[in-house]
Amino acid sequence: MSKKIHKQIHQQDRRRTIKTLGVAAGVGLVSKYSPSLFPRAYAASEPIKIGAQFHRTGIGASYGRWYERTAAAAVKLINDEGGINGRPIELIVEDDGTDPKRGAEVVEKFATQHKVDVAYGTLFSHVVIGSSPRAGELKLPYIVVSEGHHVASGKLNRYVFQPGITDVKSQVISMAPWVAGNLGKKVTMIFPDFAFGHDHRDYFSTAIAQQGGEVLELIAIPPTETSFTRYFPRVPKDTEVLYHVMVGPGVLTFVKEMGQHFGSKRPEIFGFIDSLEAVDLATPQLEFLEGTYFWEGNPRYAQANQTEYDKFFRAAVGVDGNGASLSDPKDVSTYAHMFGCWETLFIIKQAMEACGYNSAADRPAFIEAMEALTTFEESRNHPQGSKVFNPQIHQSFGHQYISKVEGQRLNVVQKTSIEDGMYEPEGDYTKMAL
Amino acid sequence: MSSEQAKSIFLHAGVLAGLFLLQFFLPEYHHLSVTRIMLLAVFAMGFNLLFGYTGLLSLGHAMFFAAGMYGAGLSAYHLGWSVPLSFMVGIACGVVLSLAIGLIALRTTGVAFMIVTLMFSQVAYLTIVYFTTYTRGDEGLVMPESARQFVLFGQQLSLTHPGTRYNLALMLLAIVMASVWLLVRGDFGRSLIAIRENEARTKMLGYNTFLIKLKVLVVSGTISASSGAGYALMFAYIGSSFATIQYSIDPLLYTLLGGAGTVLGPFLGTALMFYLIDITSEYTSAYLLVAGIVLVILVLFFPRGLLGAVRNRWFGWLP
Repeated sequence: MSKKIHKQIHQQDRRRTIKTLGVAAGVGLVSKYSPSLFPRAYAASEPIKIGAQFHRTGIGASYGRWYERTAAAAVKLINDEGGINGRPIELIVEDDGTDPKRGAEVVEKFATQHKVDVAYGTLFSHVVIGSSPRAGELKLPYIVVSEGHHVASGKLNRYVFQPGITDVKSQVISMAPWVAGNLGKKVTMIFPDFAFGHDHRDYFSTAIAQQGGEVLELIAIPPTETSFTRYFPRVPKDTEVLYHVMVGPGVLTFVKEMGQHFGSKRPEIFGFIDSLEAVDLATPQLEFLEGTYFWEGNPRYAQANQTEYDKFFRAAVGVDGNGASLSDPKDVSTYAHMFGCWETLFIIKQAMEACGYNSAADRPAFIEAMEALTTFEESRNHPQGSKVFNPQIHQSFGHQYISKVEGQRLNVVQKTSIEDGMYEPEGDYTKMAL
Repeated sequence: MSSEQAKSIFLHAGVLAGLFLLQFFLPEYHHLSVTRIMLLAVFAMGFNLLFGYTGLLSLGHAMFFAAGMYGAGLSAYHLGWSVPLSFMVGIACGVVLSLAIGLIALRTTGVAFMIVTLMFSQVAYLTIVYFTTYTRGDEGLVMPESARQFVLFGQQLSLTHPGTRYNLALMLLAIVMASVWLLVRGDFGRSLIAIRENEARTKMLGYNTFLIKLKVLVVSGTISASSGAGYALMFAYIGSSFATIQYSIDPLLYTLLGGAGTVLGPFLGTALMFYLIDITSEYTSAYLLVAGIVLVILVLFFPRGLLGAVRNRWFGWLP
C-alpha cells in the first residue's frame, strides 16, 4: 500500500516537474521572442548603452576631441553617483569623420550592431542632417549638440533632439539688441558663402532691422578662398559695426589681413567665437582682435563672478581658468560649445529616470519623457545657465554671452536673457508618429 | 558559347545570386552595410569603365555621382515628383553632364584630363554650395516623407524598409554588372582596351577614338549618376560633401583595390574598403593611415588589384 502511494506521489511529482519545466520553457521562449509581453528585467550592473557619434577626424576633429573629453567626464560623474536607474552608462564612441555619409553609417551601427539605447553627438550640421533620417527610420533617439537650426526648423523627425545647446538662429537674434545699442546700427557682414554663413546673414539682417539698424553690405566669401584682401575695400566707409563669422583654417589669415586693411581706424568689430574655438587668443596673428567683441556660448575664461558650477565643470573636464587643458596649456578647448555634451547627458538621465527606462522597447516612452521637459535650472548639471526647452521643436533656449578681447583674454560684458533668443516655433514634432 | 564565357556567366550570376541569398542570413548591421556597398560599387563600376578599360583617369567623378544625387533629390524635394520619376531625372542629369564634360575634357589626355575633370568637379561642388537657397549647400537636404514611398509594378514599396532598399540596390547592381559585362566583352569593349593600350595605333586602324571615348564617358557618368540617384533616394539625404574631391578619389581606391579592368573588381574593392575603414576606425583614429598602408602594399605586390592578380595567375578568362 505504502509502495503504491509512494509510486503515485512520485508520478505526481514527475508530472508537476514536467509541467513546471514546460511552463518555464514556454515562458522563456515567449519572453525571448516577445519582449513586449514579458519585459526583461535588467540587472543593475548591465549598462545603459549610449552611442556617441563624435568628430575624431576631419575638419571638426578639434571639437570632437573636447566633446569626447567632456562626455567622458559627465559619464564618470553619473556613474560615480549610481548611474541611470541604478545602471551604469557605457559610452560607445564612433568616429563620423565629420562626414554625413559616415555619420549615417555610424547611426546604423549604433542601432543594429552596438544595440545602443540612445545615440548622442555631434557638432557639424551636415553630419546631423545626414544622420537624422537613419535615426528616425531606425527609431533610435538621437540627441545632438550641434547648435544648428536644423532641429528647431521642424524638418528632421521626432527622434532628434537638441536640448543641451541653443541653436544658431536663437544665438544670432539675441545679439542684435546689444549690438545695436552699444556698437552701432550700420552693419557690414562678412560671412562664408555656405549654409552656416547664410544663416547668420538671414537671421541677423532681420534682427538688426527690428532694432532700427540696417545692413549696409553683405560680403560673402567663397569657401575655397585663402586670401581676403580684396574683400575689405567693399566695406562701406560709414560702417559702424563689422560682423564676421569666418570659420575654418583661413581664419588667422582673415584676421591678419583685416588688421592690415583697417589699422587703427577700424569700425567696431563683432564676431562669433566659432572661428576661434580651440585657437589660443595669444596667437600673434590675432593681435588685431584686441578691443573687439565675440559671442560665446559659454565664457572660455573664468570670470570674476564665476559660478561654483562652472568651477566644478572645469575641474571635472580638466580645463583651467583660460579654457585650456590642465595638462597642456596650449591645448585650448572648445569651451563655447562643449558644455552641451555635459548638459545633454544629464538631460538623457533625467528623461530615462522619469520614464523608468529599462530597454529599447521603452524608447517611445523616453521620447515622450523628453517632450515633457520644460526647464533646466542653472546647476552643476547645467553649468552654462538656465534653459527653457520647447518640446514642439525639440530645442532649448538659453543665455548667450558677449565678451570683449582685453589683454588677450575674453571678458564677459553682457549676458543676454533667455527671452532675447526666443522665436515662434516653426514646426511641431509632437504631432509626428512615434 | 565557349567554356570561358560559360564560366564567366556562372561566376557573375553566382555573385548576384549569392548577394540575393545573403540578405536572409546577414545580421542587421551588415544587411544595411551591404546595401550601401552595392550602391557604391555601382559608382565604382562606372568609374572603372573609364579608368580600368579605357585608361582615362578622371579625378572628378564625384560630379557625376552628385548630378544623379541632386537631379533625383531636388526633383523629389522641390517638385514632389515620385521616386521612379526622380530616379530617372537623376540619370538624365548624369547623361547631360557627362556629355557636356566629355565634349570639352576629352580634348585633353593624360595629366591634363585629370586636371580638367578635377576642375569641373570643383565647379560642380561650388555650384551646389552657391545655390544654397535650393540645395542648402553644405548642410544638405533631407528627403520628404513623400519620397519614401512609391508604387512599382502595382506594388506599394517603402524605402524605409531595409529589405526593399537591399533588393533595389541589388537590382541596380545586377543591371549595371550585366551591362558592363556585355559591353566589355563585345567589340566596343575591345576598342576601349585598344585605346587604353595604344590610342595612336587604334586611331591609325581607322577608329574614331574621340567618339568611342565620348561614348564610354557618357556611359560611365550615367552609371555613376544612377548610383548617386539611388543613394539620395534610399538614404533620404543629399549634401554637397558628396561632390567633394574625396568622393572622386573613393571609386579610384575601390577600383585599384579590387582590380582595375575587371567587372567584379570594383565591387570587391568597395566591400573591402568599407569594412577596412569600419573595423579599423573602432580601434584607431588613424584608420585612413591603415587604409593608405594597405593600398601601398597592394600597389607594390598586386599592381593590378586583387582580381587583376587572380586573372593574371589563375583565371585568364575573368572579364
